Amino acid sequence: MISYTWHFEVVWQYSRLFLAGTGVTIGLTIAVVILGLLIGLVAGLMQLSRSAALRWVSWAYIEMFRLTPLLVLLLWFYYALPMLTGIKIDALSASVITLSLYGGSFYAEVIRGGIISIEPGQSEAGLALGMTPARVMRRIVLPQAIKRMIPPLMNQSIIQFKNTSLVSVLAVPDLLYQGQIVAMDTYRALEVYTAIAAIYFVVLLPLTVIVKMAERRLAQSN
Amino acid sequence: MDNCKIEISGLRKSFGSLQVLRDINLKVETGSVVALIGPSGSGKSTLLRCINLLVIPEGGRIRVGDDAFSFDGNAKLSSAREQARFRSNTGMVFQHFNLFPHMTVVQNVMEGPLSVKGMPKAEAEARARKLLAKVGLSDKGDVFPNKLSGGQKQRVAIARALAMEPAVMLFDEVTSALDPELVGEVLGVMRDLAKDGMTMIIVTHEIGFAREVADRVVFMRDGVIVEEGPAREVIEHPKEETTRVFLSHFHNRG
Ligand SMILES: Nc1ncnc2c1ncn2[C@@H]1O[C@H](COP(=O)(O)OP(=O)(O)OP(=O)(O)O)[C@@H](O)[C@H]1O
Ligand SMILES: [Mg+2]
Repeated sequence: MISYTWHFEVVWQYSRLFLAGTGVTIGLTIAVVILGLLIGLVAGLMQLSRSAALRWVSWAYIEMFRLTPLLVLLLWFYYALPMLTGIKIDALSASVITLSLYGGSFYAEVIRGGIISIEPGQSEAGLALGMTPARVMRRIVLPQAIKRMIPPLMNQSIIQFKNTSLVSVLAVPDLLYQGQIVAMDTYRALEVYTAIAAIYFVVLLPLTVIVKMAERRLAQSN
Repeated sequence: MDNCKIEISGLRKSFGSLQVLRDINLKVETGSVVALIGPSGSGKSTLLRCINLLVIPEGGRIRVGDDAFSFDGNAKLSSAREQARFRSNTGMVFQHFNLFPHMTVVQNVMEGPLSVKGMPKAEAEARARKLLAKVGLSDKGDVFPNKLSGGQKQRVAIARALAMEPAVMLFDEVTSALDPELVGEVLGVMRDLAKDGMTMIIVTHEIGFAREVADRVVFMRDGVIVEEGPAREVIEHPKEETTRVFLSHFHNRG
């Protein structure tokens, strides 16, 4: 192994850039998780609709996004879509739209699975009381289903956090993009990319611990 | 003047190619109890579920109180809202209780009045506590259903249905999932309801209970009503051979 003198001070010198990048990464994650959950809820409920047309539309959406690499989707939304529509969108908007739709397709499957895991007797009991199907969903099925969905939804969100690093190819100034600039500036790729990996790790570690705890609590309550 | 609370005529239902109900005609007098008996797969549950539209029939007519639904011709299926209103008038109790596990016992009983009738919370709770007392569970209001025995769960389920003040109560084998020593407490609650004059249809394998509590017994087989009459008469002196064969399975018990 070649001997190497580490110079982590360069990371310190550029700490402002790293902080800014981490802020963008976290902010972007929060945005695409919230939007993705909303999209996923709608698509998941559409999957369970009585209307075949709604089921088909949501199925097409879910499979299209689940089965296309995220990097391809990002490039398509940023470079190809404007050629189709004539409307130019900035890199950040393209990133938010793509990541939300991509995440939503995975959330939709989790949400659909959570809802159908609630036994039909629950809905029947609600209907028998005279509740409308929408109210049964809101008052009886969703409260029970959400408890079961939380751990897989959190896992999916952790993946989304890491997925945001791909937006650096569109020059969105996230953590990875800022790191690339610092690395080029300083020729200290080893320190810079090690630091970036460590930041992702440090942010996600507590979250994974929370998911584990939630999973254990759920297993106990069943 | 017709004194029937429930009137079913020409009711038909199939699942795929399987005809489960063929031309069912049934009248239930106000305040009377009808026991519905018959072998497994004869269509008893399906008939009960048709009466509160959990299963939508293909043909025929159902009237509960003043509320009637006709399923003939290509009368477009009614809206979800209309169906919900119709269901709110019939109470249903299931074999497997189907209590809401995320709500306490009293919340289970309050749910109908709160979210269907829009009743104020205090009033709904007062009504729920009164009903819990009626089924002998006044001390269990604030626990969750998973802390209850099967017999207690089923009594909560009855209270939950009663909270809507339905015109009729439908019971689908409500003691079949219970340990034998818990059957009595549930039958006791149903007996009290019958005494109070509730109109009820009870699907049951408890032939002794049917003979004691029901006014009439209806015997079904393969989707048709084979025999119908006063409870004692049908159970003790069945006219039809198939009824006799079916009842002979119970003679060692009931
Ligand atoms: N949702 C459904 N889809 C398809 N077939 C069904 C459905 N519900 C009931 N069936 C069939 O209809 C027939 C009648 O069922 P039903 O549950 O009404 O009988 P049952 O008299 O209540 O029997 P049991 O005493 O076993 O409860 C059975 O053959 C059953 O398999
Ligand atoms: Mg049945």
